[in-house]
Amino acid sequence: MNATRSLIAASLAQAMPLDPGRHHMLHAAAPQAGHIEWLYWITFWILFAVFVLMIGAFVRASAKTHVEAIHPLPILEKDEKADRRAGWGVGAALAVTVITLFVILVLSVITGKRVEGLTSQNPVTIQITGHQWWWEITYPNPKADQTVTTANEIHVPVGTPVVVLTNSKDVIHSFWAPNITGKRDLLPGYSSAFWFQIDRAGIYHGQCAEFCGLQHAHMGFSIIAESSDAFQAWQQEQLKTASEPSTSETIRGREVFLTHACLMCHTIRGTDAGSRVGPDLTHVASRNMIAAETLPNTAGALAGWVVDPQRIKPGTQMSPNPLAPDDLQAVVAYLQSLH
Amino acid sequence: MRHYTQIGVLLGAIAVLASCSREDRILRQPPPANDTLNTVQISGLNPGANLIRTPPNSNMYQASAYAVSEGQKLYEAYNCVGCHAHGGGGIGPPLMDRNWIYGSEPGNIFATIMQGRPNGMPSFRNRIPEYQAWEIAAYVRSMAGLLPKGVSPNRTDQMNIKPAESSTPEQTPNGITGVPEQPK
Amino acid sequence: MAVAEPILANDQDTGQSELAQRLARTWSQPKGLWGWFCNTHHTDIGIRFMVTAFIFFLLGGVLAAMIRLQLIRPENSLMGPDLYNQVFTMHGSTMIFLFAVPMMFQGFGVYIVPLMCGARNIAFPRLNAFSYYLYVGGALVLWGGLLTNTGPDVGWFAYVPLSGPAYSPGHRADIWSQMITFTEVSALGVAICLATTILRHRAPGMTLNRMPILLWEKLVISIAVIFAMPAVMVASGLLLLDRLVGTHFFNPAEGGDVLLYQHLFWFFGHPEVYIIFLPGAAIVSTLVECFSRRRIFGYTPIVVSVVATGFIGFSVWVHHMFATGLPQLSQSFFTAASLMIVIPTGTQFFCWVATLWYGRLQLRLPMLWCLGFFFVFLIGGLSGVMLASVPVDLQVHDTYFVVAHFHYVLIGGALFPMFAGIYFWFPKMTGRMANATLGKWHFWLFFIGFNITFFTLHFLGLRGMPRRVYTYGPDMHWQGLNVLASSGVIFMTAGLLVFLVNVFRSVRVGGIAGNSPWGDAGLEWSMSSPPPPYNFLHVPTVSGRDPLWEDPPDQPVVVGLRDDIRETLVTHSLDADPQHKDEDPGPSIWPFLSALTVSAAFVGSIFTPWAVPIGAPPVIATLIGWLWPRGQSPTPRQTGESWVH
Repeated sequence: MNATRSLIAASLAQAMPLDPGRHHMLHAAAPQAGHIEWLYWITFWILFAVFVLMIGAFVRASAKTHVEAIHPLPILEKDEKADRRAGWGVGAALAVTVITLFVILVLSVITGKRVEGLTSQNPVTIQITGHQWWWEITYPNPKADQTVTTANEIHVPVGTPVVVLTNSKDVIHSFWAPNITGKRDLLPGYSSAFWFQIDRAGIYHGQCAEFCGLQHAHMGFSIIAESSDAFQAWQQEQLKTASEPSTSETIRGREVFLTHACLMCHTIRGTDAGSRVGPDLTHVASRNMIAAETLPNTAGALAGWVVDPQRIKPGTQMSPNPLAPDDLQAVVAYLQSLH
Repeated sequence: MRHYTQIGVLLGAIAVLASCSREDRILRQPPPANDTLNTVQISGLNPGANLIRTPPNSNMYQASAYAVSEGQKLYEAYNCVGCHAHGGGGIGPPLMDRNWIYGSEPGNIFATIMQGRPNGMPSFRNRIPEYQAWEIAAYVRSMAGLLPKGVSPNRTDQMNIKPAESSTPEQTPNGITGVPEQPK
Repeated sequence: MAVAEPILANDQDTGQSELAQRLARTWSQPKGLWGWFCNTHHTDIGIRFMVTAFIFFLLGGVLAAMIRLQLIRPENSLMGPDLYNQVFTMHGSTMIFLFAVPMMFQGFGVYIVPLMCGARNIAFPRLNAFSYYLYVGGALVLWGGLLTNTGPDVGWFAYVPLSGPAYSPGHRADIWSQMITFTEVSALGVAICLATTILRHRAPGMTLNRMPILLWEKLVISIAVIFAMPAVMVASGLLLLDRLVGTHFFNPAEGGDVLLYQHLFWFFGHPEVYIIFLPGAAIVSTLVECFSRRRIFGYTPIVVSVVATGFIGFSVWVHHMFATGLPQLSQSFFTAASLMIVIPTGTQFFCWVATLWYGRLQLRLPMLWCLGFFFVFLIGGLSGVMLASVPVDLQVHDTYFVVAHFHYVLIGGALFPMFAGIYFWFPKMTGRMANATLGKWHFWLFFIGFNITFFTLHFLGLRGMPRRVYTYGPDMHWQGLNVLASSGVIFMTAGLLVFLVNVFRSVRVGGIAGNSPWGDAGLEWSMSSPPPPYNFLHVPTVSGRDPLWEDPPDQPVVVGLRDDIRETLVTHSLDADPQHKDEDPGPSIWPFLSALTVSAAFVGSIFTPWAVPIGAPPVIATLIGWLWPRGQSPTPRQTGESWVH
């Protein structure tokens, strides 16, 4: 059944060529998005047929047109037979409409149940808290020292159900990875749960999908699906405290970090920096991108971000840090050493 | 038709001329002034004849509701709450009363934050960017009702500990006011 | 065999007869600037609604053009996030609150309904005028806000907590909330006027079963307005209370609920879009009948559909909230209701097709716009069916797919019929015909530009571009489609310029229109164009659904109404039997003064609570002036007599 469905979906999709692309809801990489994509295509073709029929009817109905008569044409006499035929026509169209809508309703409910139906005794649990304008990611664990905290980059093991618990620190955000599943709003004061499972390793991108203020446009995240072993290794790495700086530059960088504005907002576990205002930077160098998927995690981008985040994301909560060039070099080197 | 045009032009002119600084969102800060720190004084006494003014830029943070609201967020984020609570004080003195030990002008509060004070007020020099200290200073003034209602923050989305700053009655400051003397 | 030329009322109204001159004197409105503010005649107020709404349409369009220009390039710096947020919020708020409802419901309604009913003026004419001034007040407050850097920047639906006191400092969101208050009170006022006119001022003989479809629609929409507007007033009122007074309706930390706002808002928000669309559908019904040269097929199914849409429209609001994590069962209910509402709309479509199929289509300019409506609204409606199903909605919600959908249904369902209606009733309003060639250029330029822009947005949404983003990254592969979408703006702008040229030109040098240039059946075509201040020389009676096509040459008129005072006839709501006479209050400055005092109180309350006690006495004073009793008219009212000879 699954194979047939994906075959139908694939062949339907072939009929309308699309560019491959990240963030494309019709390039499903997980069963949830796959179910939705299937429903989308079936609905689309049904409604396309409706469209063709209706336009055909209008074209036929307006075919005999008297275009340029300037004065009003005479009124037509009442025609019982025509009205009766029209009655049958409208009735038939209505019946077809009701049936079609019912079919779509049934398909929709079925797909909804399929998407929501994922459950497991042993899922990977992720707590996602929305902030203006970044994602706080936590892997809760009954043991506090086994709780992973990171930002903007989610790792999941391939083939394992994942349950996401949502919350928001400030305004309403919306967690949406189009290749994976439908979106879920992060509402302050509410915690809701949704499930997904990724069966193919890769990096999948998402973006905030509920207007949340000045930098809503730059609030992205990524989901990295990897093998179970890689996932466990990643978790273990994330649990460690920050790596000790070994070169003079990185030592100086840590010094700069702890004596300037950085420690007022960021945490680097293993140092004195313990603030929860901004993202946890203990393993910032292990992430692919910074600033909520806005910039690549390279020295140049990092330096630009540290010195003047307002230029890249005007209105973001992070302040400009006009560091002296040597200090800047050092702190960037230190941050890049935090794997 | 003529009436529409006349009325429209008149209203348009009024509106454009009356632009509101209360609504300014200052997202890019002006370049840092050269060491504003030492130009803020606690008292008007100063050896020599050259009197130093408070830098003119500070007022823009008091006039902007966005800046005061940022100050409120920073007040929580930088844990001023830890010693001053939400204005009621604790380890540190209350900020919503009328006693200002080191002065109530924005420059005074800015200096307090940056320089630190005896008996436990830390110095946040180099820890907090200057513009944020001005924002916090503006917010602190609003806690004592010293800012206009329209600029003061309204209730937060937290638990309600005290009335919003915009409902706080104005406390006429006493203690050292610290306005530097203006040159004649 | 065809029926003879449209039937006019008994005496040909050349304006020369003694009766016409007496009526003109009695019903005339004062001139000059003072007179302009005293005017209470529905044709003048209706045109004011339409002109003002169109001005705001153009302003909203400028904002849209700015949005499209910003999105042409990734990381574009034309507008920063703060300005962009204000621009898109203003665009949505202007289009919905300052253009769509004032034009489709208030403008067309106020102008056409009394004429179609056979009445000399709208019911409660001073309330009607007051509603207009209040609408203008709200519009000036909102745009004054934008020009003073106080324009709202929280989206046209201003979700909390973003629009709450903690995350929206200053008065921007307060300006938005009060604009809601202004425009919704204005809409309520007009709803009361229209509902009363339709129920109590119809020409004798116009039973409910003989009412034109447009009157049915305006009646249904008036009732929908009366039920829906209070919901948004509560939502914006609670928001104002949270922001200004310190209540906690939407503060989760103190027991409030952020979803409460969404429920209240969308309980209004969904009927709102039917308040915008159904007037368009009614215009289409009217025009399809006229230009197929036959009575509309399926009068009863269409009326039932209009009523059903009005009802079901109140039961689908949660489909705007599918992503919030509500229980699956309730989501399924709203999917079912959202699919169900397709049935009445589909019924109307099928009846229109049937009318065209068995009619004799005369493709004049207004009808061209109706054909455009069919194409555009059909696409919008079908994409709406896709959105009704929860799983698909969870992917495309808050993306450009939804933007494409609602522009197709709103522009298709309201703007195209609006232009159709403007070209159709232009001869009646101005006495001149609009230029058909320019009109066709307008249509094709606009139609092509619209489809280029908004069809493309469907694909952008499928590719994952969210709404309300001031820019996007270069690696998202969205630029090409954005450029294509932005290019359509050129055509639409050109089309609108052609329209403006057409209107300004035709008003002065267009062909003189007679009473009924299109040969339509409605009563509004029975008097000269533009209508005299008394509308009808004799208040008509009707004996069929299409009076000017079906009524015999000796169709009776109403006699016994005085022509030296502004006497009107009040009839029974169901069968339009004459019941008693009433007196129109005539021109008055009090609606304008009341609107001024109410506006001052509303605007002042944003800045200080003292505005309420200080603002109330002037409001009371102007209301006293308005309601001051005028004393008995010289002849006491009589009831129960037959007025038709």
